[in-house]
Amino acid sequence: MTPAVSFQKLSRHFGSVRAVDAVDLDIAPGEFFAMLGPSGSGKTTCLRLIAGFEQPTAGSISIFGERAEGVPPYRRNVNTVFQDYALFPHLNVLDNVAYGLMVKGVGKAERHKAAEEALSLVRLPGYGARRPGQLSGGQRQRVALARALVNQPKVLLLDEPLGALDLKLRENMQEELKSLQKALGITFVFVTHDQGEALSMADRVAVFNDGRIMQIGTPEDIYQRPRTRFVADFVGSSNVLPPDFVQRYSGQHRWGSLRPESIRVGRAASGEGVAARLVSTNYLGATTRLALDADGLKLHAVVPAGTALPEEGEAVVLTFNRESLHLMDEPA
Amino acid sequence: MTIAALNSNPAPAILPGSGGMRGALSDLFWRRPQLLLLLMLLPPVLWLGIVYIGSLFALLAQSFFSIDEFSGLINRQFTLKTYGDLLQASNLDIILRTVTMAALVTLASAIVAFPIAYYAARYARGRWKALFYLGVMLPLWSSYLVKIYAWKLILAKEGILTWLLAKLHLLWVLDAWLALPVVGGNSLSVSFTGTFIVFVYVWLPFMILPVQAALERVPGNLVEASSDLGASPGQTFRNVLFPLALPGIVAGSIFTFSLTLGDYIIPQIIGTSRLFIGQAVYSQQGTAGNIPLAAAFTVVPIVIMGFYLWGAKRMGAFDAL
Repeated sequence: MTPAVSFQKLSRHFGSVRAVDAVDLDIAPGEFFAMLGPSGSGKTTCLRLIAGFEQPTAGSISIFGERAEGVPPYRRNVNTVFQDYALFPHLNVLDNVAYGLMVKGVGKAERHKAAEEALSLVRLPGYGARRPGQLSGGQRQRVALARALVNQPKVLLLDEPLGALDLKLRENMQEELKSLQKALGITFVFVTHDQGEALSMADRVAVFNDGRIMQIGTPEDIYQRPRTRFVADFVGSSNVLPPDFVQRYSGQHRWGSLRPESIRVGRAASGEGVAARLVSTNYLGATTRLALDADGLKLHAVVPAGTALPEEGEAVVLTFNRESLHLMDEPA
Repeated sequence: MTIAALNSNPAPAILPGSGGMRGALSDLFWRRPQLLLLLMLLPPVLWLGIVYIGSLFALLAQSFFSIDEFSGLINRQFTLKTYGDLLQASNLDIILRTVTMAALVTLASAIVAFPIAYYAARYARGRWKALFYLGVMLPLWSSYLVKIYAWKLILAKEGILTWLLAKLHLLWVLDAWLALPVVGGNSLSVSFTGTFIVFVYVWLPFMILPVQAALERVPGNLVEASSDLGASPGQTFRNVLFPLALPGIVAGSIFTFSLTLGDYIIPQIIGTSRLFIGQAVYSQQGTAGNIPLAAAFTVVPIVIMGFYLWGAKRMGAFDAL
């Protein structure tokens, strides 16, 4: 099957900065794909390369099998939901949504009807006459989504789409985006620095760092089986264990990762395990996060709320199942 | 400083007033900000209200007086006779000529200013931006009269422009243009074309700066969004950039239009012997001593600007503000 988006050794350099550095990537049609990484990791540049706002320095990019180098954004059947929505302030909501159809020469009645339908799709029916300035952040986001979807793009690009929303709204939008994508079957590519968002929404995640892809896989792959220290640390703040430590438990001299929720914390007298000291406790509602110090190695554990805990500063022993210790590919 | 030292501040939680007149005034103004606002606004409001607007109305009131044609004295009785004089064919010619010139100058300024302003707002950074401001403002720092006389030399028959066109073997273009009725003449410096060129040159900064300020406020991602939605660069210009820059263009056109309507020096030095409104005001109140008619002429640009702004507002020029 032809991939929806395909990068071959794609690079985008700005002077001496390698924003995107020889990236290979295939995104399948109908996939919900996340590009995850810290700021400056090249994920947004990748998105802009697909949209056509940036041109590659080297390598090639194809969209549904067609080469896209040198093709301007207005000739790509790809639409973007911008981070700060980029709604046209001088047009009302209906004309904003109908903009793409207007520039394609669709008649007024027809494009307004399509725009109304798109607004219903994002649950904003009847908001057409308002100005973008009169809408809340969440509503603007929906308008931006409708404005992109009304063009029936082959690929929908979302640049940090939920970044500016508050927590509650963000959770609602996550579910909505996901069900919308399922219903429409359009390829969604979204960029985020929020690992929780990437894991909960995407079919597959690419983790970016320094202009390169560190790992591509399903959310479970990325979370449970990180291949490098960076991925383990960035995606859900896993405990990264040094090779010497790992060798004691697995016999292999490799870097390892251990999820915080896999660590059990017991009182010092309770028996075998890694001796450590409880440095501090952070109450997070459903869980409690513990900072631990095992002879200079800083670890984190997450335990369910209500677990009886030792005092801060007390000695504890840590236990975990051998199988939850994941060995990483990265050389020691 | 150690952590302990940070927590050993001996000062009380509420500090005493700084004392004296200044301290008392600071506290008073903080508690009553309207008082400070009033104090700050009073002088400019008095200036604007009495000295500026007041004297303007005193002038306009003169237009409702009339002049005794035999004695040359002003008859201070309300009459519309002066406005009747204003509507004579020769005066209407002056008004029509001035308004046409102002409209053409405004249009040309907008066309010339837009690319310059666009470059400055979108691309110029750091040193290039400083150079842009310098380039736009520098002509404003030198005397207006010097610039106009410089232009007279440039546009004269023996001037550099004629010389340059002769070198390029393009003199026939200039001659053909000067042979045209209305816009032509003996040389550029005594034609309406010359007046037009100098008007555009002198008022151009007043168009560039507001357009640049308006374009500066257009977020770059709106241009990207338009392109993303399938608009060609031309469509993006028509549907996004131009409407959003329109308040700036209108602001600039208020300057170029009203300054051209009122100017009397440029057409005096460069152009034909036919009058513009400013020159008519000058000669009516000076040589002719007809203050009422001069005042009536002054009303014309004000009324035209009033209609202009009303029309611009109705066309939605300020919607993007």
